[in-house]
Parts: sequence; C-alpha cells; structure tokens
Amino acid sequence: MANHAEAISLKQWVRRELFFGQSFGVYLKSLITPFNIVAAVILCVGLPIAFIRFTQGLEATTNLSNDAPWGLWIGFDVLCGVALAAGGFVLASAVHLFGLKDYRPLVRPAILTGFLGYFFVVVGLCFDLGRPWRLPYPMLVSYGVTSVMFLVGWHVALYLTVQFLEFCPAVFEWLHWNKLRKWVAWITIGATVFGVILSTLHQSALGALFLLAPGKVHPLWYSPYIPVLFFTSAVAAGMSMVIFESMLSHRIFKSRTGDHDPAQLDRVLLGLGKGASIVLLTYFGLKWIALAHGQHWNLLLTKYGLWWLVEVFGFVLLPCLLYARAVRIQSVTLVRVASVVTVLGICLNRLNVSLITFRWDQSNRYFPHWMEIAVTITIVTVGLLTFRWIVNRMPVLSDHADYQIEDH
Amino acid sequence: MTVNRRDFLKLAGAAGIAGAAQASSARAAPTNRVSDDWMGMLTDLTLCEGCRKCEWACRGANGLTHDQPIDDYDDKSVFEQRRRPDAENFTVVNRFASERPGENPTNVKIQCMHCFEPACASACLVAAFRKTPEGPVLYDESVCIGCRYCMMACPFGMPAYTYDDPFSPAVKKCTMCFERISKEGGMPACAEICPLEAITFGKRSDLLALARSKIESEPDKYIDHIYGEKEAGGTCWMYVAGKPFGDLGFRTDVGTTPYPELTKGFLSAVPLVLTVWPALLMGAYAFTKHREQLAHAEDEQAANSTTTSEEGIHG
Repeated sequence: MANHAEAISLKQWVRRELFFGQSFGVYLKSLITPFNIVAAVILCVGLPIAFIRFTQGLEATTNLSNDAPWGLWIGFDVLCGVALAAGGFVLASAVHLFGLKDYRPLVRPAILTGFLGYFFVVVGLCFDLGRPWRLPYPMLVSYGVTSVMFLVGWHVALYLTVQFLEFCPAVFEWLHWNKLRKWVAWITIGATVFGVILSTLHQSALGALFLLAPGKVHPLWYSPYIPVLFFTSAVAAGMSMVIFESMLSHRIFKSRTGDHDPAQLDRVLLGLGKGASIVLLTYFGLKWIALAHGQHWNLLLTKYGLWWLVEVFGFVLLPCLLYARAVRIQSVTLVRVASVVTVLGICLNRLNVSLITFRWDQSNRYFPHWMEIAVTITIVTVGLLTFRWIVNRMPVLSDHADYQIEDH
Repeated sequence: MTVNRRDFLKLAGAAGIAGAAQASSARAAPTNRVSDDWMGMLTDLTLCEGCRKCEWACRGANGLTHDQPIDDYDDKSVFEQRRRPDAENFTVVNRFASERPGENPTNVKIQCMHCFEPACASACLVAAFRKTPEGPVLYDESVCIGCRYCMMACPFGMPAYTYDDPFSPAVKKCTMCFERISKEGGMPACAEICPLEAITFGKRSDLLALARSKIESEPDKYIDHIYGEKEAGGTCWMYVAGKPFGDLGFRTDVGTTPYPELTKGFLSAVPLVLTVWPALLMGAYAFTKHREQLAHAEDEQAANSTTTSEEGIHG
C-alpha cells in the first residue's frame, strides 16, 4: 500500500485518504446530504430492477420487441454515452499532440469523464445484451470480422484500456506509486495517438452500424455520411461536455480545484467554445450535404422533416451561433449555455437515429418501459457518484502537491 | 498493471489486423454469383388459400410449442391482425383482402428469405450466422452474445428473439428445414404439407425457371415480378403473385444491392485511418515539440536581451 516517505499504517492511510481524515462514523454522517439522499432513493429503486433484469430477462423489464430490438439502453446509454465521453480524446490530443498547454487543467477531468463514460456504457450494454457474460466472445471465441459491431466491440474495449492507462498517473500520484507513475506517464503520447485512432474509428462506427438499416432509419437521418456525421458531432459533444462539466466541477468541488486562476480557466473555456463553434458549423454543413446527397428535399415539409429542421437549426446551428457570440462578447456564461444546448442536441440526434425515427413506417412503435428508464437513471447516478468519489480523493481537478508539472 | 510496452504494441497491432481483415474479407463466404447448387423455395401466392397447415408443420419440424391440433389452424380470426414471425412461429400467413369486391384475398406466407449475402451474417460480431453451400442461412446459438444487431440489419425483419428467456435467450428463425433437406429426398415441412402445392422446393435455378414460365404462360394471372430474384441482392426464397408485392406487405424499398455492400465502404476506410492517423498525429507532435524546443532556445538566448518569449497558441 502507500509507500509514502514516512511510513504510515494502512489504517492511518485509509482514514486519511478515504475518509478525509475523519473517523468512519463522522465520515458516514457527513454523507447525509440532499444529493446523496436522492441518489440513495434512485439506487433503492434501480438495484432491485437490475436484479429483476438478470433473473427474469429482458421481457420482464423492457418494451423491446422483434421489430424494436434496440431500445433506450442502446439509444441512450451506449450511443449518447460514447458521444458525450469524446472529450477525453479531444482534450488529450489538443494538449499532448498539438501543444495547446493552456488546456492542460482540463485534460484529467476530461479523461476521467471519458473513462467513466465508457465504463458505464459497457455497464449499460451488459443490461441490454441477451447474454452479457459472453461479452469477451468477439475478442476470444469467435470473430465476425465482416461486422461493424466487431469493430465497435474491439475498439471500445481497447479504448477503455487506453483511457485507464491515461488516467493512471492520477491514481498512482494518489497512491504514491512513483515508479509506476513514471512508467505510465512515459507512454502518454503513444496512448494519446492510439486513443485518437480508436476514437475516430468507433465514434464513426457507431453511426456506420445504422448503414445496414436503410428504410428503417428515416431517410432524413439515414445517409452514407452517417459515420462522418457521428464522428463530427461526437467531437462537438465531447468539447461541450468538458465545458459543461468544468462549470459543475468548479462549483461543486471548489476545495479540490486548488489555486487555479479563474481568469485562466475562463480563457480556456472561451477557447474551447470557439473550437466547438467551428466544429458545430462543420457539422451543420455536413447535415445539409447528407440531405442533398440523398435528395430528400421533398421530405422537409413532412412531419419528420419539420422535426429534422428543429434538430438542425435548434440544436446544431443555434448552439454554434451561441458559442460564436459568447466568444465575441467574452461571456463564459453564454459558452456554458451553448454547451448545454449542444449536449442536448447531440443526444437528440442519437435518439432520433436509433429510437425516435426508427421504424417510422410502423404504427406500433417502441416506447421505453419505466424500468428501462429507471435503469438508465441508476447507471447515470452511479456514474456521478463514482466521478465524485474519485475527484474528491485523487488529483484530477488540480495537480498533486508533490508532483511537478511534466510536459512532454 | 501487467501490461508492458510490448503487449501494448501487440494490442495495437491486433486492432490493426482486425481492421485490415475486415476490409479484405468484407464479403464473407458468399459471392455475387448465384450458386447453381443453392436450394430454394418458390411460393406461389395465387395458389395459397391460407389454411396455415404450413405453420402447424413448421412448429412440429422445429420443435416449437406444438400443442394445438391442426384443425385449430382453420381459425380465420387470426387474419384480423397482421402477424410477423416470432420465437414460436418461424413462419406466419397473413391475409390481404382484395380492393375489388368479390375477388379472393391474397394469403402471404412469410419467413426468413435466406439471402445470397445475408445482412444478418455481415452484421454479426461473433459470426454466428453462415450461408451454407446448400442455400439456407443458419444461426449458431453457442456463440451468440445477444446484441440483436442481426435483427436491426435484416432487410425483411425476420429474425426473432426469445426476450422472455433470462439465461439462454437466442435468435429464432426459419432454417429452411436444414436437417430435413440434408437427407436424401427431404423437403422443408411447409412445402411438404402444403395441400395446394403453393410452395415448391428445389434448386434455386430451377425455381427461377419455373417462376418465369408461370409468368409467361399466364400473364393475366401473374404480375411480371419474381420477388427475391434480385431483392437485397437476391434470396433463396422467392415469390410470384397476382398483385404488386407492395400491396401484399412486402418491402419494396430494399433495393437490389446485397446488404453487406452498404458497410463495405466504411470498413475499407478502416485500414486507411489506422495507417494515416498515426503518421499525421505523430507528425503534429514532432512539429509541436520542435517548435517548443526552438522557443525554449530562444528564451535562453533572450535571457540577456529584451526579447519576449513566445507564447502557446490559444485555440
């Protein structure tokens, strides 16, 4: 355990590092907060449902059917989860590969979000898979190399590993495992490059999954460009999540942010906002190119056409302009507003492709069972609790006092 | 942590190989050529009277719940709702009333079409589906993880899933009675029981000739369209009918391209990303690093003079 310079007992270490130096009883009492009570209620509902899911099956807990084989757990937990976790690779490549050192304070929270995001995507997937205990089969037992899903499976698994390695320095600093920390810091560049490649491929592959469903996905959302659309929008979503999160982090975890210069953080957020604005503008253009390529102009005046326009103007162009405006008037508040709209917009897009417009030709449509919604809320809650537990203990929002900033 | 750098690189290599393999074998076993040896089925919808004996026989042949006597299948009330194949019914018959009064309705038996290049097989990440040299598309439950991407991909929406089974859920679909037809003189149960011989089993090439001759000899009775000849790249199960297939519940928007082609372009871009991205990214890194070194050197030089140091770029 903690091989600190001055040897301390395990008991002391546990008390200091896990309970903030309090006794266990005092620590437990300090946990009684409104947020935790809400979280506890959610878990009290969600965990029994999880039990039902794994003992009674999918039919008992979901509204999935032979015509709607994918529901909320894929549409939200997987598709939205992966898109929103894209901040990790965007920030890591900006700082480690493109030398934008100003963004350095945001890298660790972004990578932690990415890692936990992907981890809980896999948790959500385990709820959805018919036989989740066979999750390693595509890696170990049988290889369906013609499948886009095979690509997604491999890359998500590898990227989860990469993000774990990328986050390891924070864990090792916390544990004072200096040798290991040096070693993982040394592979940062390789891990970052590998992470960008994997992210490019699986973010777009999640879109490419739907290439096999023409006619089922509404033509306005179905396009040969869907891999590019998914990738571009994931970059915007990832950046926006980092902005959105920094707002929460620096409000909730004030004690953990160290002696950051608030003006410096604002400057970085405005820079991210500018980047997100450009990415969203590109995405906006791509949406229209995809429309023109499919020659679906005539569909714009249908019910689904209007819904498409709502998505493209209200949740792509609007946040794009909000970001641009925010940068112009140097308003961090407006950047944050834009980030929220972007995050909602990308989620809306993923749900449109996978659920809302899926099998638009049918009258009997899928709507999630309340237990599906409850499981999704539970997974998000556990994700937040895990994020908080780590941020409160490990050097994520600020540098560890004992470690110098090491640039690569 | 037990991963070392060599393992890490091996892992990276594995991902690359996986991607490359995908591109080179993006079209698994089947080819565009219609095998002369493939077996198939031809359903003549002008002959079917909707007795649903095929449904009964199918259940028996596939070991599904088979407790209803065959007479119960005379119940015509099931036609009030449009049904689809499910885990307990690998085939179902739907009835489509004629728009013209007095004219007989059309009864449509549906089941897995046994595509030449099955979308389900190209979608499956554990290769649980295979196109047999005999023609049927078969599913292997022993490797299935239950992602249900095959069901998303199937252009005809045929695979079903046993959602009610918590511990061994599986995909269920017609096998063209693979066991039976593998035996000498064997026929699929539905074709064997059909009292009106509306379903013909045989070599796919012979069935196509039969379908053409039916249409040519009775052009008033049949429309000039063999469903399955080209749909989704061609299927082993084919239909002839007296009415446009769009009016009989068939999807007419599946096109004639084999479905695996739809993801081929994407999969062939994968090796490109795997080779070009590292070069570009490492290039960017080298460039950044070099610039930092120059800036650093300048700083040292400037220590004595009044030059200001260079700052990083703000995006």
